[in-house]
Amino acid sequence: MSSIVVFPLGNVDPGVVQELSSALTETFHAEVGVRSEPVDLQQFYDHQRVQYNSTEIIRFLTGRFPVSPPVPRRQSADPKVLAVLPHDLFVPILTFVFGEAQLGGRIAVLSYHRLTNERYGLPPNPKLFRTRLRKEALHELGHAYGLIHCADQGCVMHASTDVDAIDIKGESFCASCSEFLRTAR
Amino acid sequence: MNKQDCGILVVDDELIVRESLTKWFREDGFRVDSAESAAVALKKLQGQSWNLMLVDIKMPGMDGIELLQRVKEINKDLIIIMITAFASVDTAVKALKEGAYDYITKPIDPDYLDHLVEKALKQQQLTLENQRLRDTVSELSAGELIGDSPEIKKVVELIDTVAATDTTVMIRGESGTGKELVARAIHNKSPRRYFPIVTVNCGGMTETLLESELFGHERGAFTGAQYRRKGKVELADGGTLFLDEVGNVDAKTQMDLLRVIETKQFTRVGGTDVIKSDFRVICATNRNLEKAVKDGFFREDLYYRLNVFAIEVPPLRGRRGDVARLAHFFLEKYSLQMNKRIQSFSAEAMHALKGYDWPGNVRELENAVERAVVVSPGPTIERDHLPLQTLSAPQGNGKRLEDIERVHIEQVLRETAWNISRSASILDIDRVTLYHKIEKYGLKREP
Repeated sequence: MSSIVVFPLGNVDPGVVQELSSALTETFHAEVGVRSEPVDLQQFYDHQRVQYNSTEIIRFLTGRFPVSPPVPRRQSADPKVLAVLPHDLFVPILTFVFGEAQLGGRIAVLSYHRLTNERYGLPPNPKLFRTRLRKEALHELGHAYGLIHCADQGCVMHASTDVDAIDIKGESFCASCSEFLRTAR
Repeated sequence: MNKQDCGILVVDDELIVRESLTKWFREDGFRVDSAESAAVALKKLQGQSWNLMLVDIKMPGMDGIELLQRVKEINKDLIIIMITAFASVDTAVKALKEGAYDYITKPIDPDYLDHLVEKALKQQQLTLENQRLRDTVSELSAGELIGDSPEIKKVVELIDTVAATDTTVMIRGESGTGKELVARAIHNKSPRRYFPIVTVNCGGMTETLLESELFGHERGAFTGAQYRRKGKVELADGGTLFLDEVGNVDAKTQMDLLRVIETKQFTRVGGTDVIKSDFRVICATNRNLEKAVKDGFFREDLYYRLNVFAIEVPPLRGRRGDVARLAHFFLEKYSLQMNKRIQSFSAEAMHALKGYDWPGNVRELENAVERAVVVSPGPTIERDHLPLQTLSAPQGNGKRLEDIERVHIEQVLRETAWNISRSASILDIDRVTLYHKIEKYGLKREP
């Protein structure tokens, strides 16, 4: 059985970590652990853009979670890592990203900065926020398992570049993506 | 759109930009690669096919605008979206003038990027699909000289033989047999194919009109000549001059034609300048020119000048074996054009098509099938869908071609309530010719 590590970066709401742990356990049928370590986030901060560089965070986490030496005839036992943080993320060429992941790799990073209703001047909606958080966590980890964007709007792997698109797409993997995950795990 | 079939090439000297965009599009399912310079991009363009390029404007060495110019020379269908760190209207306008699809500034809004790429690829797909359909239609239209009969094969052989030369060709055959198609086939296979084939319909034109049509005119040459106009002989420079119905040319124009064919020089009507034009002559007629020469209606010297290499296009009744194939060809052509799913003829309809004499030849068959496709609900053309008047031989007093023509024209005129334009269109002749024929046969509208 594969395992997943949730890695909070910075001052992450404990409710967020708990929500993610239960969603990932339920969906991936994996052992989900939480690893908390102090990390200086300033090293990823861009003062001009007032955002955190997600590509740099992934590079950092790749060093923090080194790959184990391969064992013949055995699948890699290295866990997938989902880092989560409350700050806004960017990749240098784009204005922002909700998250980033190594496609078919081990590391994924997710920001919930843009997932709250308050950011858009709307009253808080904790239920909607939790749904968005689950969807984006599944989406980024899906990439880490090797999934690309899915054309099915009901699938959580459908591309979403704004929060409305996140709300429209489904909360789970479609049959085709589920099958892919089953063989990938 | 299958994204895996779409190739995107990212060209930027910054590694982080290449990595970010490559990853972004790969997650979307596209085939993606990157190049760190314009030179590398040009090499990658040679190796694989690409649909879209994202090109940074500022790069060391060859910049993005120069790369855009080079790529557009090689592949005008490739979509190029320019990227720059600074929004500059001048650069944007320049890029768009050079053929860039659009222009985006760093950092890019991911939503905008996705929509822009999707829109561009959809547009490209539609353009290419449109091109493919046009090619299909043009192939179908160009292939009307089809048939397996020995008669049509002989014509094709003659076309192949004479096409490569510059010899004057005389195409003979009944109306509707496809003489113009033969002329176009000769032109399209000749070394002159990159220049135009210019058709002059010599029938149904007055002497002065034909002269002006052939040689053009200077401003003020006659009433209404407000502008200088090039004639067909001048327009055919480098290409082919196709003189249709050449047997109908009047005596004076016959002399002018002979002179221009021999010297390749002429003057515009009302002008004094001698103009040179290098053209090949192909002509067509359904008249018995030998008889016209004997009767003194056609110049003997012009006849020999034109009748260097003769091709006789057989009437459709002389190659009945081709009727089925031609009918299916027109069925496919018009089903595609009218977006109808009609795939076959019933056995009874095909029997009727094969049994008919087709005095109007292939043109009549084409019109009959077109009309049947219009009225048939599909999926099969039944005998009733074929226009009845074309299936029963006209009841004339004799078997001469003129008798059949008279009855046929009379039928069409009756059908259209003597609407001359509509009748001329159905008969595929011009109005002047129709008036001539009405006069010739003494046709009168029934009260």
